[in-house]
Amino acid sequence: MIQFERVSKRFGSWTAVDTVSFTVDEGEFRVLIGPSGSGKSTVLRMINRLIPADGGAIRIDGEDIVSLKPEELRRRMGYVIQSVGLFPHWTVERNIATVPALLGWPKPRIRDRVTELLEMLNLDPRRYRGAYPHQLSGGQQQRVGVARALAAEPRILLMDEPFSALDPITRASLQSELSAIRHRTGTTVVFVTHDMDEALRLADRIAVMDHGRMIQCATPLEILTRPASPLVRDLVGREEWGLKRLAVETAGDRARRQERLGGIALPVETPLHRALSEMVARGTERLPVVDGDGRPAGVLHLSDLVRSMPDDAAGGQAGGRA
Amino acid sequence: MTLHRGLSGTVVHNRVALLMAVAAVAGALLPFLGFAPNRLLSGRPVPLWAAVQTVADIGALLPGLVLLGTPFLRPTRAALGLTVVAGALLAAALVWLAGEQAARLAAGASPAARTSFASGFWVMAAAGLLAAVDGARRMGLGTAGRLAVGGSVAALVAALLASGHLDHLSLLKEYANRRDVFADAVLRHVLLVAAALVPTLLVGVPLGVAAHRRAAIGRAVFPVLNVVQTVPSIALFGLLMAPLAALGALLPGAGISGVGPLPAVIALTLYSLLPIVRNTAVGLEGVPAGVREAARGMGLTPGQIFLRVDLPLALPVFLSGLRVTLVQAVGLAAVAALIGAGGLGAIMFQGLFANALDLVLLGAVPVILLAVAADALLSIGIAAAARGAGGRTAHHAPNQPPSQPPNQPGDVQARSAQ
Repeated sequence: MIQFERVSKRFGSWTAVDTVSFTVDEGEFRVLIGPSGSGKSTVLRMINRLIPADGGAIRIDGEDIVSLKPEELRRRMGYVIQSVGLFPHWTVERNIATVPALLGWPKPRIRDRVTELLEMLNLDPRRYRGAYPHQLSGGQQQRVGVARALAAEPRILLMDEPFSALDPITRASLQSELSAIRHRTGTTVVFVTHDMDEALRLADRIAVMDHGRMIQCATPLEILTRPASPLVRDLVGREEWGLKRLAVETAGDRARRQERLGGIALPVETPLHRALSEMVARGTERLPVVDGDGRPAGVLHLSDLVRSMPDDAAGGQAGGRA
Repeated sequence: MTLHRGLSGTVVHNRVALLMAVAAVAGALLPFLGFAPNRLLSGRPVPLWAAVQTVADIGALLPGLVLLGTPFLRPTRAALGLTVVAGALLAAALVWLAGEQAARLAAGASPAARTSFASGFWVMAAAGLLAAVDGARRMGLGTAGRLAVGGSVAALVAALLASGHLDHLSLLKEYANRRDVFADAVLRHVLLVAAALVPTLLVGVPLGVAAHRRAAIGRAVFPVLNVVQTVPSIALFGLLMAPLAALGALLPGAGISGVGPLPAVIALTLYSLLPIVRNTAVGLEGVPAGVREAARGMGLTPGQIFLRVDLPLALPVFLSGLRVTLVQAVGLAAVAALIGAGGLGAIMFQGLFANALDLVLLGAVPVILLAVAADALLSIGIAAAARGAGGRTAHHAPNQPPSQPPNQPGDVQARSAQ
């Protein structure tokens, strides 16, 4: 659990972060989003004390981070940045082993952990363990960057626009791998981005920042349907609002549970915009839904997709104006 | 590579090799050796054709004939390899031929007679070596390959020296006369350079790190060091004499003097600082910001970041600064003989004042060889460091960093002559 209590940061006369308070729960995926200079990266870098706070207190599991040595604090967290920053003179294995080696893990344990992480991030250990960073593509480098951050099994992972420099296909696959990994490990993630689609896709809760203040902190659904200010609405964007709205809910959320239908079924976790796409592709208004074990879980109707929720009014207007 | 159709209709594939072939032919028409009854009289020229008397002599010129043909070969690896071998062999063979002819000339002359290299020898030997260097570059030979070529020529000449085959050449006669002081001069020369290197590294590396961390320090330090580089070496030696002499008078027991090794070491240190400070700073600036940021974010301490990240990544650029420093210092140390620092410069200046050209060569050739050896040694170090820095950074590590000092290896001779 990460707690910010009235935290501020000034650089000269410029206030980068202005009395910000928030809590990130254990295991939560929190996205910080906002325009350039909004203070989102500064907030992230204050968590591992790369930037010291001027005022207020930052606590991790109730412990004020000022009471720890900065290096000790940082070794307990993973840190991933946009430029990756792999050590060019070290092999992939040695890069990943950086923090475990600093912590003095025994060699066999480090070796096994590197193998496990490379497999987790879909890199063949036999092929990539001894490779140097310049022999890898940008996407592979960031996979190694994520593996390196996860190496010492940190409870907290800090990510500063980690996928912004990647092509859309690589970005999408790294996003889904990250999602899967954090669900499996229960790692708390604080993730900075300027891409609202990425935020909507990954976050449990999104914190929108502007001019050093946190102007809204809410679930993706609330951000879409009840934006707290015109800025938040602009960040979401008015184009394809309806599809974004559908994307934050799943087939299971809207399916009529008691009905049954034959044919090729959708998994319950399918996002609704994919379900709509599937209906258009198959030329049908109804699709069967199955749960994780393949058992029937209901039927999804087109009319249920277009039915707006009562609290959708604000967002609906935004979409209408597009 | 552009094809060039000459007047005769033949196709020239390698214009550099053609230039070297033309130079070799021109060299063959110039006097090959000079023969004088003693070291004070100017000699009469000995042309190449007069030096070629036996079948073995003709054989020695074969590499030269091969070299004449290489510009017209397609630039395959084999053809370029032939150019390299022919060029290198030509240089070694010319040395052998000179020794052979010197022995023949000595047979009927007094022991005071002198046989020296003349312009034709130098032009042909240079053409052969340059053709070999150019061929090696076109082949894409690595550091190891180029060192192997240079080392083989050096080994061949060293074997000729050791066998006594060259003993009748004037250069070797001068050596025989000064055998006792020659080894001391070489040792003293090396010691002068080493003595300057220690304070240079002790001051220069921390100064380079400081200049990298604080731009203000860099802005203060670099103009001063740049100005020092522009001061001619003799002027700097002279400038140091007066204050050091005064200091020596103040502290009679300290052994400080305005002449001798102390001002020489101080001047060499001042000249050596710029490449070391600048390349340390440039090398550190070449470490990507993201790499340093990631290192901090993972919990490396500042000391660990410097030792494990900054140092290995900046090493190739730092070593190329050290290479410039060493080559420059070897050349400058020769001038230091003028203020009584000794070394190979002392032999050179004796020769200059006595108008004995071969004595000048006896001092100058080892200076050049020391500079070339330092350069070769550092090339190996740089190649190894670049491999250690992860391949890609090797391309980012320029052998010639952005801003150049006025002194480059090629300038060493010019400064030595100031």
